[in-house]
Amino acid sequence: MSDHTPASARPASTRFHLAQFNVATLRFPLGDPRMAEFVAQLEPVNALADAAPGFVWRLTEEGEPDATGMRPAGDDVIINYSVWESAEALWDFVYRSPHLETMRRRREWFGRHADAHLVLWWVPAGRTPTVGEALERLALLRDRGPSPRAFTFASSYTAEEAAAAGAAGAGAAGAGAASV
Amino acid sequence: MIALLQDPVRRRLYEFVAAQGREVGRNEAAEAAGVARTLAAFHLDRLVAGGLLEAGSRRLTGRSGPGAGRPAKVYRRSPGERGVSVPARDYRTAAGLLAEAAEAAGLDVEVRDAARRRGRALGGEGPCGGLDELAEVLAARGYEPVPDEGGAVLRMRNCPFGAVADAFPPLVCGMNLALLEGLVEGSSGVRVRMDARPGWCCVAAEAVGPSKNNEH
Repeated sequence: MSDHTPASARPASTRFHLAQFNVATLRFPLGDPRMAEFVAQLEPVNALADAAPGFVWRLTEEGEPDATGMRPAGDDVIINYSVWESAEALWDFVYRSPHLETMRRRREWFGRHADAHLVLWWVPAGRTPTVGEALERLALLRDRGPSPRAFTFASSYTAEEAAAAGAAGAGAAGAGAASV
Repeated sequence: MIALLQDPVRRRLYEFVAAQGREVGRNEAAEAAGVARTLAAFHLDRLVAGGLLEAGSRRLTGRSGPGAGRPAKVYRRSPGERGVSVPARDYRTAAGLLAEAAEAAGLDVEVRDAARRRGRALGGEGPCGGLDELAEVLAARGYEPVPDEGGAVLRMRNCPFGAVADAFPPLVCGMNLALLEGLVEGSSGVRVRMDARPGWCCVAAEAVGPSKNNEH
């Protein structure tokens, strides 16, 4: 189960954070009674994420508590976008917290995706990644398969590997914020 | 690997260390197995050499600096898994392939239905009465149940679906919950629910008070 390697000195892991982006195709509109139990879980599960160890940031629509109203990937496709200190922190939130209950019931609410629906990549700590960047990374994963620029839990790369490959969401902006 | 556990003292030591879910010192293990410290140390180190336990060192007193003494050797269960099948079978690869296909096809609900039916069949002897009885059933199935919250809740230290659950958590944890739901179906004294935590099985069982039973 979760037996992580003891913390040896890993400098790149503090200079980079892990971004995750996933898309989910709604089976019914969010207002549909068949989606009510999913919608009811949004607030408590988002609160859980905000308080989770290693949580850094999640996308919200301006003036809204979440991003379910944003549909950059299609009218019936909701997105979920967040940044974490490490892959372990993200994994523990997604699969080892009450969030797993939402995942367990995903097929009651969301269609299955033939293509990859989740993508991970490293970003410089302190820089908030953009939605455009997320869509690019997902497209990259779908077109070329996993790489240090765009990967999944099953095919993951460390921050060091991504940095060595020059694939850690460069972006001129944020590299200055190396404090964690 | 099996031969390693044939010695009864060694087996008791292994089972004790495994059941603690934390690092265990030589004295503590020796006491639990009812043998002298030197004999315990010998067997514990054989278990490390055989890959069943891992050894580390720690200051058990919590003190540090001069006078704290040499760090003591401590043991915990090795995270690797051992399976034995004669003649050789590879159910793990089969399970992984089937899970991969079920995941890709979005068969969560179908997998859950099958698991619930299987759970019912496994519980066929009649519904289990209380948490103690359920703990025995779960222990026999490899879940390593431990009482928590003053005995009101049962948590499982081991996930019997280990590597497959790690690879496809929503699918396999959902299957696991449905299996156990089927197993306790009809029981008036216990229920199971999802309660995922790092390092534990995704499901917890709890006692249901008589007042709640009257609701159905």
